[in-house]
Amino acid sequence: MRYIRPLSMEDAVGQLAGSPGTAAILAGGSDLLVRMKGGFIEPDLIVDIKAIDGLGEIRETAEGFSIGAAVSCALMGESAALNREWPGVVEAAKLIGSKQVQGRCTIVGNLCNASPAADSVPALVAAGARALIVGPGGRRTVAVEAVPTGPGKTSLAKGEIIEAILLDRRAPRSGDAYLRFIPRTEMDIAVVSAGVNLTLDEHGVVKSARVALGAVAPTVLLVEEAAEALIGRKLDEAALERLGKVCSGACRPIDDKRGTVEFRRKVAGVLARRAATTAYARAGGK
Amino acid sequence: MNFDPRYSGRNFASVGTRPIRPDGVDKVTGRARYGADFNMAGQLVGRVLRSPHAHATIRKIDTSKAEKLNGVKAVITAADLPDLTDGDAALYDILDNCMARKKALYDGHAVAAVAAVDARTARQALKLIEIDYEVLPHVTDVDEAMKHSAPVLDDTIFTEGLEQEPVKPSNVTKRSQYGHGDIHAGFGQADYVVERSFKTEQTHQGYIEPHACVASVSADGTADLWVCTQGHFVYRQHCAQLLGMEASKLRVTSSEIGGGFGGKTHVWAEPVALALSRKAGRPVKLVMTRDEVFRASGPTSATSIDVRIGARKDGTITAAEATLRYSCGPYAGMWAELGAMTAFACYNLANVRTVGYEVLVNRPKTAAYRAPSAPMAAFAVESAVDELAKEIGMDPVEFRIRNAAQEGTRSSYGPVYGPIGIGPTLEAAKNHPHMQAPLGKNQGRGMACGFWFNFGGQTCTDLNIGMDGSVSLAVGTVDVGGSRASLSLVAAEELGIAYEQVKAVVADTSSLGYNDMTDGSRGTFSSSMATISAARNAIKILRERAAQMWDVPVDDVVWENGHAIAKGEKYGNLAALSLREIAAGSGKTGGPIAGHSELVADGAGVSFATHICDIEVDPETGATRVLRYTVLQDAGKAVHPTYVEGQYQGGAAQGIGWALNEEYVYGKDGRLQNPGFLDYRIPVCSDLPMIDTQILEIPNPNHPYGVRGVGETSIVPPLAAIANAVSNAAGVRMTHIPMSPPRILAAIEAERGGRWSK
Ligand SMILES: Cc1cc2nc3c(=O)[nH]c(=O)nc-3n(C[C@H](O)[C@H](O)[C@H](O)COP(=O)(O)OP(=O)(O)OC[C@H]3O[C@@H](n4cnc5c(N)ncnc54)[C@H](O)[C@@H]3O)c2cc1C
Repeated sequence: MRYIRPLSMEDAVGQLAGSPGTAAILAGGSDLLVRMKGGFIEPDLIVDIKAIDGLGEIRETAEGFSIGAAVSCALMGESAALNREWPGVVEAAKLIGSKQVQGRCTIVGNLCNASPAADSVPALVAAGARALIVGPGGRRTVAVEAVPTGPGKTSLAKGEIIEAILLDRRAPRSGDAYLRFIPRTEMDIAVVSAGVNLTLDEHGVVKSARVALGAVAPTVLLVEEAAEALIGRKLDEAALERLGKVCSGACRPIDDKRGTVEFRRKVAGVLARRAATTAYARAGGK
Repeated sequence: MNFDPRYSGRNFASVGTRPIRPDGVDKVTGRARYGADFNMAGQLVGRVLRSPHAHATIRKIDTSKAEKLNGVKAVITAADLPDLTDGDAALYDILDNCMARKKALYDGHAVAAVAAVDARTARQALKLIEIDYEVLPHVTDVDEAMKHSAPVLDDTIFTEGLEQEPVKPSNVTKRSQYGHGDIHAGFGQADYVVERSFKTEQTHQGYIEPHACVASVSADGTADLWVCTQGHFVYRQHCAQLLGMEASKLRVTSSEIGGGFGGKTHVWAEPVALALSRKAGRPVKLVMTRDEVFRASGPTSATSIDVRIGARKDGTITAAEATLRYSCGPYAGMWAELGAMTAFACYNLANVRTVGYEVLVNRPKTAAYRAPSAPMAAFAVESAVDELAKEIGMDPVEFRIRNAAQEGTRSSYGPVYGPIGIGPTLEAAKNHPHMQAPLGKNQGRGMACGFWFNFGGQTCTDLNIGMDGSVSLAVGTVDVGGSRASLSLVAAEELGIAYEQVKAVVADTSSLGYNDMTDGSRGTFSSSMATISAARNAIKILRERAAQMWDVPVDDVVWENGHAIAKGEKYGNLAALSLREIAAGSGKTGGPIAGHSELVADGAGVSFATHICDIEVDPETGATRVLRYTVLQDAGKAVHPTYVEGQYQGGAAQGIGWALNEEYVYGKDGRLQNPGFLDYRIPVCSDLPMIDTQILEIPNPNHPYGVRGVGETSIVPPLAAIANAVSNAAGVRMTHIPMSPPRILAAIEAERGGRWSK
């Protein structure tokens, strides 16, 4: 096994693309190392991206935020601007593991590990986040929901690395929120989760909405019908009721050691309603 | 040696204080040596190959490819551990569990092992071992295993204890029965009867330290074993028997222990490590992974229990009955029997009957877990007791007080009680502010009682006084919860010296006589008795030496406050001699001063506890939060109150995990789905409130200081106390442990009549 720590994106992409055997990208390592220790994978080449220039930074641009692929979730929690504009994304990132894990782990790693239960992904999908991908063929930008294609699988081609996650600048009267259900208080994996992102008009009516559910299908679900249940209304009881129903219905969950189909359906609706309520309040809705 | 163990009231100087434990600094700085911290020059890495099948005949094992791999020094199978058990069925089961002989009986059952120069080579070697399995039908559920249609694990098993001898083999190894009176007559007198069935899932002790050992067998046939265990003398005995060694040729040293809770009273990897070392001619270190710990060690029984209790309008229980089915894993056990004995032990009952069934299933061999079998029985009984109190319209505490056992009560399992603590813990609960605290929306309060026998057993202790007057205490009971501190307090108490002057160690098997293992809450009870005896023997010698120094008759010398004093007018001007002074002169008065003790500590006083807890349930998700928890328990005498409280809190914490989330989840294929702490959910710190404790002291008449064991009883009430609280909060009776959110939500929905129709 070979471990390298390239200093530039070009070098990293080149090494990955040129490696004859299996290669893995190492960010925080909180998934990769666990899988290696468990004997599930034995990569021939490990490319540590943490020394690449600029990858450890959160940049504010005219369009919004660019969160480098090596930015730890703890660092996201320390960014006042990010907390102000995207509190739902930050709260999702800060639910991952424990303080120790958050000091290492990244949202890009969370996305590329492609677990249906990944915590930051529903929040990113709800936020309309995009992934900036660099590869042998150049650069491209895709919606984050296009990255995971199934449990443990991504759409990234050989040699491709996500350089950053891009979030838009916020329109006025916007708010987002993320909630997950775990049987314990921490150090657990989401049994169901929901991310909601709303923008209101001057009267508190929902102008645009995105609702995403986690751990209820092979990949995170962007539930358009749920957004429609909210758009054009204030967040009244009827809207919430409809949101819950739609979300429960949109789930395609399985029975497993972490929960039952029944449970996941019901709780998906409950969490969507609660997350929507928080997002609405954050957007200034009353 | 005429040691009088009877209780005598006295004032204590050291006992009852709270000094820092002698093993504390090393533990918090990481210097303490646990099982995996021992290393030897030339040591190999041992790894075990385990069956992926729940039930399979092993047709053939081919190890030749693994043996040829560079760096592999030994490969063993059952053939390398020949059957030397000589008709001892229990020992044969241990052997078969260490290394499957004909059949793999559960997912995780050891089938072969290798010793290699490093972990990578050992792992590769395991992959090269070829096993030809014939997969057999399996059964993992306790109720399913009792059905006639179930696959039979062992066709030589015919249920013992039935009136009619069975003609067909089955998975039920034994039926046991306890009780007295006439339950039919008793139910006839009842105005109210509650009848319910309960289930509990299998849990693991969840010790943080995995099993680990280093085995070194010498060419001359002697051997050393360093191991994390609750009983190194028992490990020595079992390993020596299984390997055909004389016990004294095997020295076993116990490491610090990162939790055992009953799970480290059984050998698993140790005979395998010794066999590997014997074959390889080099030391072998074997450390289980967490996956192996879950799949192959521990766990406790899964159970299915029916309870029926009847009472008169005035709140007197007239009859009580329970049928208890406990899973044993693939080998015979007496787990249901312990449940049958403990189920109604808290109550004074005229008519009671319990029946236990021991059931074989394709799961790991059931091991003791803190008051083994009692928590599940208490869950079923205390849930029904709560419900019965409700039906009668009585306060649950009052109802229990009315029916509580007392001194002179004939227990449901036979013996007549001496002075006991069930009544006092209930009275204390009734008066505790927790009982009166207001509850909010979706919150419920529950309480429950629990009982455990406690155990005494064989104990051997040495107390050596150094020439500087410091005292070393060598005990043979492994320290699982602060016993070195407690025993040092006891030695200091007897000798009349400071706690700091005593240093206690756990001696290896070659340095002391046999000791039973630290189980049955016996560590402090039995070893303190032996320490008192050893100290008194040392005091006798100290008096003799003082008499010699003064040249007076020894009968005129008494021992008071750490000093020899010549009693009587005629010695008026003789200054008292301190222990230090006598020790300093010991070289000239007859040599080293020591006190030895070997005894069977009989009369372990039974122990009772009452727990109270408040739970909040989220009715939309079934999530629970433990808001407040109080443990009230009889300690007899709390030698070191902080560590007694620690035992109370630890038992409650483990019980909370068991009640709410912990469970073995098996797939249809009979494989364990959650062999790791991610999906086997023990509570994390933030899941628990500060657990409040109250120590009661009802002296045990059979111990000089009145000590009772305290370690186990604390895990008996939580399942029931929490179930009662959740049931009160959710408005629906919970009958299946763990009460995980999906189970609670399903129960709430069923009660509401399914608002969320599919
Ligand atoms: C104790 C513990 C608790 C956890 N709790 C949670 C939890 O609560 N919620 C949760 O969602 N997850 C949890 N996880 C999983 C894990 O921490 C997260 O998925 C984390 O976000 C992964 O980030 P990382 O930087 O450590 O990823 P890494 O392990 O470094 O990488 C993960 C995967 O992504 C790939 N990858 C990394 N960076 C890039 C990139 N720039 N471009 C392309 N591919 C890349 C890697 O090759 C690898 O396949 C937990 C893990 C542990 C060990």
